Amino acid sequence: MRILVCVKRVPAPGARIVLTNDSLAIDTKNLGFTTSPHEECAVEAAIQLVEQHGGEVTVMTLGAGEADEQLRYAISVGAHKAVLISNDALAAGTDADPIATARALTEAIADLEAGGGSFDLLLFGNESADSGGFQVGVRVARALGRPIVNGIKGIEIIGDSLTARRECVEGYEVYQLTMPAVLGVKEGINLPRYATLPGRLKSKKAEVLQRNTTTDAGAVDTTSLATPVEQTVNTIVLGHGPEAAVAVVDLLVELGLA
Amino acid sequence: MSDQPTTAKVVVIGAGIVGNSVVGHLAELGWRNIVQIDKGPLPNPGGSTGHASNFIFPVDHNKEMCALTADSQRQYIEMGVNTTCGGIEIARKPERLEEFRRRMTSAKSWGIDSRLLTAAEVKAMVPFINEEIILGGFYTPSVSCVDSLRAGTIFRERAMALEALIVVPNVEVEAIETVDGNVVAVVTDQGRIDCEYVVIACGVWSPRMAEMAGATIPLTPAVHQMIDVGPIPVLEATGNEIGYPIVRDMDTFCYERQSGGSMEVGSYAHRPIFMTADEIPSIKASRLSPTELPFTAEDFDQQLEEALELMPEILETAEMKYAINGLLSLTPDGFPLLGETVEVKKLWSAAAVWIKEGPGAGRMIAEWMTHGAPEIDPHQSDIARFYKYARNDHHVRERCAEHFNKTYGIVHPREQWASERGIRTAPYHARTEALGAFYFQAGGWERPHWYESNADLVEHYGIEEREHEWDARWWSPIQNAEHLHMREHVAMIDLAPFVVFDINGAGAFEYLQHLTVNSVDVTIGRSVYTPLLDVNGGFRSDLTIMRLGANAFRVVTGAFDGPRDAFWFRKHLPTDGSVVFTDNTSACATIGVWGPKARALVETLTHDDVSHVGLPYGSTKEVLFGSVAVRLFRISYVGELGFEIYVPMEHALHIWDAISAAGQAFDIRPVGAGVYGTTGRIEKGYRLMGAELESEYTPVEAGLARPKVKAADFIGKTAYLAAREAGPAAILCTLTVENQVSPRDGIKRYMTGSEPILTLDGERIVDSKGRPSYVTTAGAGPSVGKYLLLAYLPLELAVVGTDLKVMYMNELYPVKVAVAGSTPLFDPADERMKV
Repeated sequence: MRILVCVKRVPAPGARIVLTNDSLAIDTKNLGFTTSPHEECAVEAAIQLVEQHGGEVTVMTLGAGEADEQLRYAISVGAHKAVLISNDALAAGTDADPIATARALTEAIADLEAGGGSFDLLLFGNESADSGGFQVGVRVARALGRPIVNGIKGIEIIGDSLTARRECVEGYEVYQLTMPAVLGVKEGINLPRYATLPGRLKSKKAEVLQRNTTTDAGAVDTTSLATPVEQTVNTIVLGHGPEAAVAVVDLLVELGLA
Repeated sequence: MSDQPTTAKVVVIGAGIVGNSVVGHLAELGWRNIVQIDKGPLPNPGGSTGHASNFIFPVDHNKEMCALTADSQRQYIEMGVNTTCGGIEIARKPERLEEFRRRMTSAKSWGIDSRLLTAAEVKAMVPFINEEIILGGFYTPSVSCVDSLRAGTIFRERAMALEALIVVPNVEVEAIETVDGNVVAVVTDQGRIDCEYVVIACGVWSPRMAEMAGATIPLTPAVHQMIDVGPIPVLEATGNEIGYPIVRDMDTFCYERQSGGSMEVGSYAHRPIFMTADEIPSIKASRLSPTELPFTAEDFDQQLEEALELMPEILETAEMKYAINGLLSLTPDGFPLLGETVEVKKLWSAAAVWIKEGPGAGRMIAEWMTHGAPEIDPHQSDIARFYKYARNDHHVRERCAEHFNKTYGIVHPREQWASERGIRTAPYHARTEALGAFYFQAGGWERPHWYESNADLVEHYGIEEREHEWDARWWSPIQNAEHLHMREHVAMIDLAPFVVFDINGAGAFEYLQHLTVNSVDVTIGRSVYTPLLDVNGGFRSDLTIMRLGANAFRVVTGAFDGPRDAFWFRKHLPTDGSVVFTDNTSACATIGVWGPKARALVETLTHDDVSHVGLPYGSTKEVLFGSVAVRLFRISYVGELGFEIYVPMEHALHIWDAISAAGQAFDIRPVGAGVYGTTGRIEKGYRLMGAELESEYTPVEAGLARPKVKAADFIGKTAYLAAREAGPAAILCTLTVENQVSPRDGIKRYMTGSEPILTLDGERIVDSKGRPSYVTTAGAGPSVGKYLLLAYLPLELAVVGTDLKVMYMNELYPVKVAVAGSTPLFDPADERMKV
């Protein structure tokens, strides 16, 4: 089976997110970058499915050339092919809005499918870690006329039938879809593997397909970012050594845990 | 954890291994009212200690580093946080095997049990290693891993148990206040702490702290990449944090260290990546910790390949779970930065210390602050060792960029830096350059070590080449030829790097008397050579003082000791202004003229009387060379008749040319520091600070004690008197190497220094104070026809004619005691100098 996973390069911040002086972006001077966590799980899910059923995993991203790092990371953990969609504006750091992103991805998917056949499954992260629009996967599915379910924490494939599971307040919702289908995957579906040493070295040599897009950045503009007020945690020392035991028990009772 | 106090005897900034060791030792030595602050939480405030690999390889070529490491390991053991696992350095290249033989030699010098392994023996100890790509190993059974965070907690708890310490985590230092050059307070975001002392022990942040007080701590935060790879079943099966020896893959500059079920791979092979203290992110802005920065994978790929090649069996399938660009501290010369800062009194630096030196450095600082001198000689770690040009970010980065990749490198003891060259040159530099000078750097100065223009002398004197490339490195047979030419004719030597202090004022005499062992109460125009001691009676310095007037003195010391000596002199200046200290190093060039024809030559340059009567040995006077007043000082470090000629910088080129021109009639040659510092000196048995002279040894042992002790009090006098009373436990001797031919390959070899002197059975020699006998200086004695070594020997062996051995590259060579004490081997009665 053929699976495509769309990923996004996002900063990996600490507890406090530092903004640039103009408050229009996250200051990434001291930050590393990572794949948005939901998508990291989507890549892992895709690799596991291919391990079970055979086939290949393609990862694709839209962004600046630096996003090559995230594509190669996906290859280092087991993805087979990678596609980087970019243009001058994206290379210069412009963040495309969800509509523009979906349009560019849709075009790319259509092209890839025209060349190599249809993808059985498109995986997205539930939402990106930075802008959190919750839209791109839905828009792509809609544009391609394929079914989509978001918030997925379980995938099972038997023949052409795909069963997807998501959490709800009382338990699970279970969906059955016919492939080709689209899923928005949520962190927790699996524990993504890390790269092995040979995996990393292989990824360095892998070919990343470069694809240009004419799509503009879209109509949504960032006017300002703000960091939420930091929560201060007050630590109350209940005591030291054995004499703390009574206070601990009282607290557990108060919390209804004892 | 407490509220921040408003006063303290001492504030220690930093709660990593160094700050914790400092507070522990200060408390133990009786200090109270210690306040320790850190901007992070405990027990891991987020500095370099928190991500350290925590292993200790005790063998180092350098004595001081070895001593600090040995002391640290002893303390970790005492605290129960040391796990001995053994360690193997492996060789992939043949030259590394030679380096291992050199390491065996250093291990023997400093008393560490080590042995060489074949590739098969390495495989037997580390079964998952690919023995096919390695040539052998250097195994040290006492290599260990330590729990540095736990050790830090124990240090703090011990200090708190003595009610000596209050620890305040999570506070940020905003200012360090000084008044009249003394530190007086630390201001944090929690308020102000008035204090008498401040110790900066905050690793990579130390430069920023120092800057707040107007001081400098010349280090740079630098990236050391590290990954954690696992799970690895064979490692998990040990059930231990560490069950296999640590492997240092020396030729790829990497290490592989078990960490529970994983393997940690660290590297010093990647490009140097530096930051500044201000660029380090805050704790909250960091994903892991401020010193665990995002991993830049592309810098590590080469190391991945090499690690895979070395341990394919276990690294093929394991995953990289953790990878960081960890920050650690680097200094221009690779040594720690310990001691009182030169700019601010009672502001101490305990920085650029790694886990393996932490507790030892803590003890050193505490002893130094308490007694005025530590037990282990600190001269190479002393923060006062840098000239001003070396105490800034530019210099730090240039040098660190050069030596970072030499962390596991094979560094020749004579190796010269490639960066930051040409920044101090004599006014006649163009002349020495034209003569083909090969420069070594001395205190930043470009100092000719030999001159290619003297190449013709090699054949003339029949000087042999050195067959072994290692021995010939940073050396030329021209040096020996220059030496012989000087002894036969006359030589001129560039001594511009000499450090010159002029000390004047009503209190100058008393002030100097308080610092020197030998009396400066000499006639005007005479001089005194004297040790300066620390309070323990060990050598702090040795230098020459000329008396130019009743209260006017000129102090001359070596380029390598200049900054430390300047610090010492300034530190002891009276506060009443009665003594004026002027560092005239940059105002004054010195040219040495020595050899049997030296006086005849100088007589052609001046009308003044420079005869033995007019300018006796040890005396000085100003004379005219044409229209230029120069100061002649009749003394010699090479054992020949002649003069040090002190010239104002602006006249130095002119005087160089005048000497050179007049010298043609006397067959003068320019001669390099190879003669001045090594061959000429060693034939005369002259002692050198930092080599023969260090704080572990007394003037009695160095053979520098005079028959009588001056009445005036001086620093170290009590200890000096006690040392005289007790007599020496060892005596500095000159030894001749009786056969330099290697038993292994028949090649003639030449020791470089630091090698152990052994009994005929190859056993270490240790004196009654526990000090080993090792080579303090090694060099040719062209005029005595022998290769010479200086070494301290216990009394029973310090007997002329005693046969012993020296180890070099793990082989033994026969040596004989030629001189016990300070009598020169060449011209024992000093007749050549005193005619």
